[in-house]
Amino acid sequence: MPEVVLASGGSCHQFTGGKTRFDVKATTFRQLILELDRDYPGLGKQVEESMAIAIDGEIFQDAYGVELRPNSEIVLIPKIGGG
Amino acid sequence: MNYFDSTLKIVGTRPVRPDGVDKVTGRAMYGADMRQAGMLWGKVLRSPHAHAKILSIDTSKAEALPGVKAVITGKDLPEIANEEAFMGEGPTNFRDQAYNVIARTKALYEGHAVAAVAAIDQATADAALALIDVKYEVLPHVIDVDEAMKPDAPVLHDDMFTAGVTPKPEKPSNIAKVMSFKKGDAEAGFKDADVIVETTYTTKPVHQGYIEPHACLAQYNADGQITIHSSSQGHFMVRAYTAKILGLDIANIRCQPMEIGGGFGGKTVIYLEPLAVMLSKKAGRTVKMQMTREDVFKGSGPTSGASMDIKIGAKKDGTIVAAKQVVRIQAGAFGGGPLGPALMCGLALYDIPNIETVGYDVVSNRPKVAAYRAPGAPISSWAVECALDDLAGKLGMDPLTLRMKNAAKEGTKTHYGVTHSNIGFQKVLATVAEHPHWKAPVPAGQARGLACGFWFNIGGESSANVHVNEDGTVTVATGSVDVGGSRASMGMMVAEVLGIDVSKVRATVADTASIGFTFLTGGSRVTFATGMAVTQAAEKVREDLKARAAKIWEIPVDAVEWKDGQAFPAGSNAGAFEPLDLPAIALKSARTGGPISSEVSVNAQGAGAGFGAHIVDLAVDKETGQVTIARYTAVQDVGKAIHPSYVEGQIQGGAVQGIGWALNEEYIYNAKGQMENAGFLDYRCPVMSDLPMIDTALVEVPNPRHPFGARGVGEVPIIPPMAAIGNAIKGATGLRIGSLPLSPPTVLSAIDSAGR
Repeated sequence: MPEVVLASGGSCHQFTGGKTRFDVKATTFRQLILELDRDYPGLGKQVEESMAIAIDGEIFQDAYGVELRPNSEIVLIPKIGGG
Repeated sequence: MNYFDSTLKIVGTRPVRPDGVDKVTGRAMYGADMRQAGMLWGKVLRSPHAHAKILSIDTSKAEALPGVKAVITGKDLPEIANEEAFMGEGPTNFRDQAYNVIARTKALYEGHAVAAVAAIDQATADAALALIDVKYEVLPHVIDVDEAMKPDAPVLHDDMFTAGVTPKPEKPSNIAKVMSFKKGDAEAGFKDADVIVETTYTTKPVHQGYIEPHACLAQYNADGQITIHSSSQGHFMVRAYTAKILGLDIANIRCQPMEIGGGFGGKTVIYLEPLAVMLSKKAGRTVKMQMTREDVFKGSGPTSGASMDIKIGAKKDGTIVAAKQVVRIQAGAFGGGPLGPALMCGLALYDIPNIETVGYDVVSNRPKVAAYRAPGAPISSWAVECALDDLAGKLGMDPLTLRMKNAAKEGTKTHYGVTHSNIGFQKVLATVAEHPHWKAPVPAGQARGLACGFWFNIGGESSANVHVNEDGTVTVATGSVDVGGSRASMGMMVAEVLGIDVSKVRATVADTASIGFTFLTGGSRVTFATGMAVTQAAEKVREDLKARAAKIWEIPVDAVEWKDGQAFPAGSNAGAFEPLDLPAIALKSARTGGPISSEVSVNAQGAGAGFGAHIVDLAVDKETGQVTIARYTAVQDVGKAIHPSYVEGQIQGGAVQGIGWALNEEYIYNAKGQMENAGFLDYRCPVMSDLPMIDTALVEVPNPRHPFGARGVGEVPIIPPMAAIGNAIKGATGLRIGSLPLSPPTVLSAIDSAGR
C-alpha cells in the first residue's frame, strides 16, 4: 500500500488529530482525496484546495490522475504559487 | 519529445525581441493607454484612517454635482460567501478579496477603498470625492507584526480564530494561521553541535515597484455583456475574480490583455476592475480608472515583512547538524501571507538531518499583501543565509566552502518531506568557485558577500494555438500575458519544432474569448507550462504538415519525414519528390483538408526547482552609512535558456529589486498608521546610476519534464541579494545588522552604537 506523508503541521492536523502518515489503498491523487475525506471528514477538501502532492521529488498540483505507487515517496505539501 | 539532447538552431540564440520596437517607440498599448469616446473617469475615495468603523456614507452631494454619472459604495456590491480557494499566487478568500476591493463596515488600513465615483472628467471626479461624507469611528490600530501578535493588540477581525491549532482558540486574534515543518529532532541535533549561531532578523514589507500603475477600462453593455481592458498578469484571472466578486457569469465577461509595465506578482490580484464595472453599469457609459502612485502604495499589496528567529548548529568540521527557524509573517489586513514557502524555502538548500520551522500568518492595519517574486523565500533566506555566514565565521571556514559542504544534492530529503531530484545547486556553487568574480581579490576598501536562494517553480494550466497562414508563415497564440518575453520564447520554440526561421513566426496573446483557459503569468511558469503547450501544438502541426505532403505525393504518411522546415520522402522507396516547404504545403491546404492549425491545452507538471547564488562587492561609507555596490554577479541554474538575453534580464531585474529591498525600501508610517513615503521620491528604489552592471552566469541543468529543458528563472534572483549584501556589510564593518533595509541611517546607527 502506498504511504502518504502529510508534511506540514497546521490546518490539516485538526482533521487527523496530529497523525501525519497514512497507509492508503488509493492509487491516484483523486482516490487519495476521497479516501482521506472518508477517513477524516473535511480533510479531503482541505487537501484538494490547498495541498500539492510530491511523488519521488516531483511536485504535482491539481492533478487527479497522478499515480500513487507503493514504493514511492508521497508527500502532501502546501500548494506553491509565485510572483 | 525532448529536444535538449539535440542540436538546436533557434532555441538558445538571441533574436531581436518582437515587442521591442513598439515599446521603445511608445506605441505599445498599456492598460493606462486605453481610451474610448464618451468614456467616464472613475476615482476611488480611500480611508484616511488605519482602522475605523464606517458609521455612514452620504453620497447625495456628490451625486448632485453636475458631471457626476455614478457613485458606488460597498453596498452596491453583492455579499459573497466566505470561500477559501487557491487562486492567483496563493491561498485566498473571495470574501476577503471583495472586502479589499471596497470596504463594507470597517476600513482596515489607510488607503482602503470606501467609495467610488464616475464623472465626465478627472477634475469633476475629484470634486465629487470631496463631497462624499463618510462618518468614521476611529479604532486603535497596529502596524508591526510583533505588536499585532500581542494579546492586547487591537483585533482586526472578530471572526478570526487562529487556524492550525488544536483546540480552536476561544478568542479571536490577529494570528490567522500557524504552520510548521519538522525533520528529525532539532533540539537533539543542537546538543550534538559544537558551534551554534542564534539571532533574530526582521524584514520590512516592500512594494514590487512596477512602473505602470493599476489601470482598467470597463464597459457594461445594456445586455449584460462586459468588456474589460486592464493591466494584469492574467486576464483570465481578472475575468474570474471580477465575476466572483460581482456574482456574474464568466461567459458575460471578456477580458483583453494589454502590455504590462511590470507586475512581479503585484498584478496577480485585482483592485479596480469590479468598481469600474459597477460604475459603468450604473452610469451606462464606459469607465476608465487608473491609480496614482500614491494609490498604488496605499491601496495595493506589497510583499510581507517579517520577524524571525534562526538557530543553526554545526560540528567543528562544518557539518550542519540542526536548524530551527520561526517566522512571523505580515499578511496585511487579511490573512494569507506566503507562510508555506517562507517555511519551506530558506533551509531547503542544505542537507541538514534535523530541522524545525514554525510560522505565523499575522494580520495588521496595512494593505493586504500580494505576491512578489518567490513570495516568502527572500524573507526566510535573509535570516538563514546571514546565519550561515556567521556560522562560517565561528568555524573559521570560507562561506562558500561551508555551503558546498552542506549543499542539497540529488536525493537530499528536505524538511518538508520532498526529496530533491534533478537539481543543479552543486553546479551553481561550483560555478561560483570558478567564477572570475569569486576568484578575484577583494578590492581595497570593499568587502565581499555571498548568499544563495531556492524556489520550487510551478507549471499549471496553459493553452496555445499554432496556425500555418496561407503563405506558410506561422502564428502562435497563447493565453499568457507577456511579462518577461514569452512571445519571443514561444515563437522560438515553435520555429525550432517546425525547423523554420523565427522571423516567420508571430506570437500573440489572445483574449479570454479567443483561447482556452490559461492560468496567470506568475511563479515563473510561462516558459515552462505555456512553452509545453506551444511545443505540443507545433508538433501536431508538424505531423499535419507531413500528412499534407503525403497527400500531395500520394504516398503513406509514414513515408514522409520532416527536416529543416521541409517535407522529404523518407527514403528512395518512398518515391523521388522535390522537398515541400511550408509555403508550398500551405498553398495547397484547401485541397489537402483545410486550414492547418492545432490547439493544445495542458496542466503542466514537473516544473524543475531553481537554485542561485549571488556575489557582491561593496563599500560602506562609515561617516554616512551609505552602501555602494561595486560589483555584482548572479549565478543560476536555468535549466535551458530559451532566449538567453531575456533570462539574463530576468536575473538582473530580480537582483536589482533585491538590492533595493536590502538597502533602501520600506514603508514609513506615522503614529496614526498613515504611510508617509507613498511616492518614488521617498520610497527609494534603486536606479541605474546606483548600480554597476549585474553580471550573470547561466548554469544549464536541463529539466527533464520540459521539451527544451526549461526551468522558471524569474523567482530565484530576488532571494539572495539581501543576505549577500548583509554579509558583505558585516565584512566591511564587522557588524551583523539584522534589520532591513540596510539604509544609511540604519548602518550609521549600528556603526555609531558599536563605536567604530
